[in-house]
Amino acid sequence: MVDPAVPLTAVLVAAGLVVLTTVTAVVDAGLRDPAMRDRATGRSWVSRRAGAVLVPVVGTVRLLRQHRRTTVAADSLLWRVGVVGLPVVALLMAALVPVGPGTVADSSVGIVWFNALDVTVWALVWMAGWGPNSVFGLVGGYRFLAQGLAYELPLMFALTAPAVAAGSLRLADVVAAQDGLWFVVWMPVAFVVFCLAVAGFAVWGPLSHPAGVDIAGGVFAELSGVDRLLMLAGRYALLTAGAAIGVTLFMGGGSGPVLPQWLWLAVKTGLLSAALIGLGRRLPTLRADRFAEIGWLILLPATLLQVLVVAVVAARQGGG
Amino acid sequence: MSIGIAGTVVFWVLAVIAVLAGAAVFWVDSMARATYALAVSFVAVGIQVLLLGLSYIGVITVLMMIMEMAIMAVYMIMFMGMNPALMPMSMVHGKRTAVATATGLFLALTAGILLAPWPARSGDPVPDPTAALGEVLMGSKMLVMIVVSAVLLATVIAALVLALPRGRYDRFGDDLRRRPPTDPQPGGVGR
Repeated sequence: MVDPAVPLTAVLVAAGLVVLTTVTAVVDAGLRDPAMRDRATGRSWVSRRAGAVLVPVVGTVRLLRQHRRTTVAADSLLWRVGVVGLPVVALLMAALVPVGPGTVADSSVGIVWFNALDVTVWALVWMAGWGPNSVFGLVGGYRFLAQGLAYELPLMFALTAPAVAAGSLRLADVVAAQDGLWFVVWMPVAFVVFCLAVAGFAVWGPLSHPAGVDIAGGVFAELSGVDRLLMLAGRYALLTAGAAIGVTLFMGGGSGPVLPQWLWLAVKTGLLSAALIGLGRRLPTLRADRFAEIGWLILLPATLLQVLVVAVVAARQGGG
Repeated sequence: MSIGIAGTVVFWVLAVIAVLAGAAVFWVDSMARATYALAVSFVAVGIQVLLLGLSYIGVITVLMMIMEMAIMAVYMIMFMGMNPALMPMSMVHGKRTAVATATGLFLALTAGILLAPWPARSGDPVPDPTAALGEVLMGSKMLVMIVVSAVLLATVIAALVLALPRGRYDRFGDDLRRRPPTDPQPGGVGR
């Protein structure tokens, strides 16, 4: 699958995207950890800023040195697979993105690969919840599956829209098809549903119910040490990888004036993931049972209508 | 289509993984592990389908199997009475019959594989095997398939209606006028 002719830069850009998010994750985890926050609140503005810079480093070192919490009769195998799997899935998603000099894993069915990868998150998050043999973790895992059922079908139809318009499942073709007009302009519903689904598989913002505070962090409840670091990093990596795919599908990928393609891709991906992270912080968490109804009764028909509109336009243009 | 040496190696590695993971379904002592062992087995087969040049079908197989097993784990655990699913348990029962059936079936299938007169390749593979496969499977039967799909959908809906524990009369009252409806679980859109 991997094209040997792809320059090393493509691999570097894709990996760089994910490493960047890992740093973001560490910064975030450090800044939001109550034990760490105190260090960032020095008296003067300067010491506060200096403290804030050090917090992520301190936080990472703390998590790396922390002893692993053990629980009674834990299913360690499934637990570890779930924890390690999230960053791996994010890396595989990033590999699908056309990054200018080439695509690390160029596939004629790239969109379907992305879909298969995001479905893998279902299994991984459930395993991470099941593994520790803890009630809160398990409840979180079940919440994720209930929520997954509600966002996955709308997501599948949202992915169909750019594919129909481009007449191809290859991500590079989808980018090429947005030469004149970004798909986000005439497929806003699909774009919004896609972003919501990214929040869904990253257990983020309005769809962070599986990691809710009411169940002590749910799937994150029993995580400690390097496991916690990996899963938090994986969550942010998924947000960024999802944003990179979103940019590819709806925002013209790496196309743009003056700057090289990979830089445009990084800028757009950075902006979209910043928007996802910022919005996610401001929106209230939806309960899984409420979101299930929203997903099936509002999002699914809305995406179907969106695909209908796109299909009619594509048919009239003679493409697709 | 020739898959080359690398392809052959990938095929055999995946084949061994698929068989071992399939066997692991019965070795492991937990419902969750059994479910995901089965998922691993299916995923390995799905990736093997990619070697046939059927990208779409291979990826869809991977997608469906993971999704299906994630949901199936929930049901496997839920339907174990008194929930021993949450504790170590044996994945086999009726061992003697099962071993005899499995051995007999294995021998019969292996004999079939070894004795069948497999056709030699004739001609070159088409550029798009997925489209060719769809053409062969569905080409002349498209009308039947379209009719059957409507019948299947009607059957699914009918089955759901029959199995529905709470219908609209339970929700809205006998005259269907109660607003808001009584629901054990409030929904998200305020119906």
